[in-house]
Amino acid sequence: MGEVKRGYVRPVDFRHGRVDMSHGSGGRAMAQLIEELFLAAFDNEWLRQMNDQACFAVTTGRMVMATDSHVVSPLFFPGGDIGCLSVHGTINDVAMSGARPLYLSASFILEEGFPLADLKRIVQSMADAAMGAGVPVITGDTKVVESGKGDGVFITTTGVGVVPDGIEISGDRAQPGDAILVSGNLGDHGVAIMSQRENLSFATAVQSDTAALHGLVAHMLAAVTDIHCLRDPTRGGLATTLNEIARQSGVGMRLREAALPVRPEVEAACEFLGLDPLYVANEGKLVAICPREQAQALLAAMRAHPLGMNAAVIGEVVEDPRHFVQMETRFGGNRMVDWLSGEQLPRIC
Amino acid sequence: MKYIDEFRDGRVAKGIAAAIRAEAEPDRGYRLMEFCGGHTHAISRYGLSDLLPQNLRMIHGPGCPVCVLPIGRIDNAIELATTHRAILCTYGDTLRVPASQGLSLMKAKARGADIRMVYSSADCLKIAKENPAREVVFFAIGFETTTPPTAIAIKQAEALGLANFSVFCNHVLTPSAIQNILESPQVRELGTVPLDGFIGPAHVSTVIGSRPYEFFAEEYQKPVVIAGFEPLDVMQAILMLVRQLNQGRCEVENEFSRAVTREGNEKAKALVAEVFELRRSFEWRGLGEVPYSGLRIKERYRQFDAEARFGISYRRVDDNKACECGAILRGVKQPRDCKLFGTVCTPENPMGSCMVSSEGACAAHYTYGRYKEVA
Repeated sequence: MGEVKRGYVRPVDFRHGRVDMSHGSGGRAMAQLIEELFLAAFDNEWLRQMNDQACFAVTTGRMVMATDSHVVSPLFFPGGDIGCLSVHGTINDVAMSGARPLYLSASFILEEGFPLADLKRIVQSMADAAMGAGVPVITGDTKVVESGKGDGVFITTTGVGVVPDGIEISGDRAQPGDAILVSGNLGDHGVAIMSQRENLSFATAVQSDTAALHGLVAHMLAAVTDIHCLRDPTRGGLATTLNEIARQSGVGMRLREAALPVRPEVEAACEFLGLDPLYVANEGKLVAICPREQAQALLAAMRAHPLGMNAAVIGEVVEDPRHFVQMETRFGGNRMVDWLSGEQLPRIC
Repeated sequence: MKYIDEFRDGRVAKGIAAAIRAEAEPDRGYRLMEFCGGHTHAISRYGLSDLLPQNLRMIHGPGCPVCVLPIGRIDNAIELATTHRAILCTYGDTLRVPASQGLSLMKAKARGADIRMVYSSADCLKIAKENPAREVVFFAIGFETTTPPTAIAIKQAEALGLANFSVFCNHVLTPSAIQNILESPQVRELGTVPLDGFIGPAHVSTVIGSRPYEFFAEEYQKPVVIAGFEPLDVMQAILMLVRQLNQGRCEVENEFSRAVTREGNEKAKALVAEVFELRRSFEWRGLGEVPYSGLRIKERYRQFDAEARFGISYRRVDDNKACECGAILRGVKQPRDCKLFGTVCTPENPMGSCMVSSEGACAAHYTYGRYKEVA
């Protein structure tokens, strides 16, 4: 008796093929897609076991877990795509606790008819981002919904990480007198995305700032352990993030408009769209709050890291029972920096 | 940013502020109305009132195109998208204006109406071309600034033979509103709203020119200074108004001379005159029916008039009884005088239209100036 000959299996057509319902049915087509696409791209010891779960040893200390769903439109934008965004977004949520991110899971909801070539590009971008960050995707899931019931692809990622001993970072720890820092230019991601929207497309050199920030965080913690708060100002921008922290900590904040780092191209785009860069999304920036005495040391550490080169001290935490975030304008007047109301809508005049 | 930073220079602002403080006579009041929402926004966004003396008060006027849209017209727009199943194209900040029955365009959209945000009237033509089997209606709103682009859209639709495109016209006229405020009993007779002068519109004036304001300056003895929307423009205009008042002059001065001429944009005016004509009367939120203050589409272009095509009839709907938008738009009250302000009426859940657009007096105060109120 010779070896059983393995029958020929036609490879998945990643050039012209499209997602169909069978790719989510649990049958051969799904198994083949997982093997030829996801496993090939994310390849690691946990995925290779082909179990429905990933089994890993736990360390002592405190673990953190974060999850994030990604529904961005367009799927591909200057500086990135939904794939790398979904890896960076969750790594950053984990890292904002001061944790070292360890593992990711990834869950895909695919729309029937979605080009497999695009899916492959997205998955490869995720794999590259995970590899670059040193955080493997160790378990996942795929579902397919009928045409018209999705928007191409939705990706949910979950991450776990471990917080080093002695680190106590939380949104409720901001104290009056603390300094407020940002790691770089505001609004790049939001403007890059808007420049590609179908009814708006305008030419800009602005690229999304999507990046994994855990390296920067580790670098900052090596310089200053007593960081009180860290948060990445994604949707709703810096203004929303600071209002969240002010409410959680029961404090107010005072910013200086002149100190805010904003690229001239982003300022120009916001200007003609009638938007405020304070409310535009970032995907590779963080806000840090630390005791005033440590601010210069933290600023120096941030600026020494490639993802924090344009870091700046932008204001301070103050006492305010109303939890207002206020800003001294470049003009010398004062204004509030309020929560974003609904969506930021372009003004007509 | 070039051509922008020059008009936002804080040091220059401090110089002008010092001049205003020095020249404003301490024993009299200066009550100046900025007509435009763009000015209201600049004043709040840059905290200009912090730079002004105590006896100089800015009164926010009705020049926010979204704020003055009456509930009934929003109801009509929703009717076009629901009952008539048209694709309704609208400017972004109109989406949240409250309509009857707790609805708004945004809420109607969530219930399945096909309502799309556009950035220009040209986007609507594109949508009409791409959806030949659907009716596409442009919800046209705004003052003289947005009227010429609507006229162009109608003329292009005709040239392209776009039979599925029409315009729901709600364009209004600035001079009629100013006159209405000046004629209101509170301003003219009772003196409850002392108005000493106007900061004249920026973008509107690029189209209509400075000449239409000469009548107000002369007839009502109120100085007008046309100003750009940058914060330094506004500061400079305030200084010019203070000087006129101190010297007893009532003239039209043009601070925005880099964009506004006496005659305005002749081409744009001709285009508007070709496509639109005056309505006998139009309802403004806050001001009520204002004679000859709105535009409708001329008979010649009737095929593009959504009101005619869908048989839209207007029904007046009263504002919430406690809502003070009307008095605020006339300068009779300030946002904090309204019981609803900041309680049931917030930018998340606007009851009145002044809370919707960031140009609205209430929204601007809520978003930028609330810290001034005692906790």
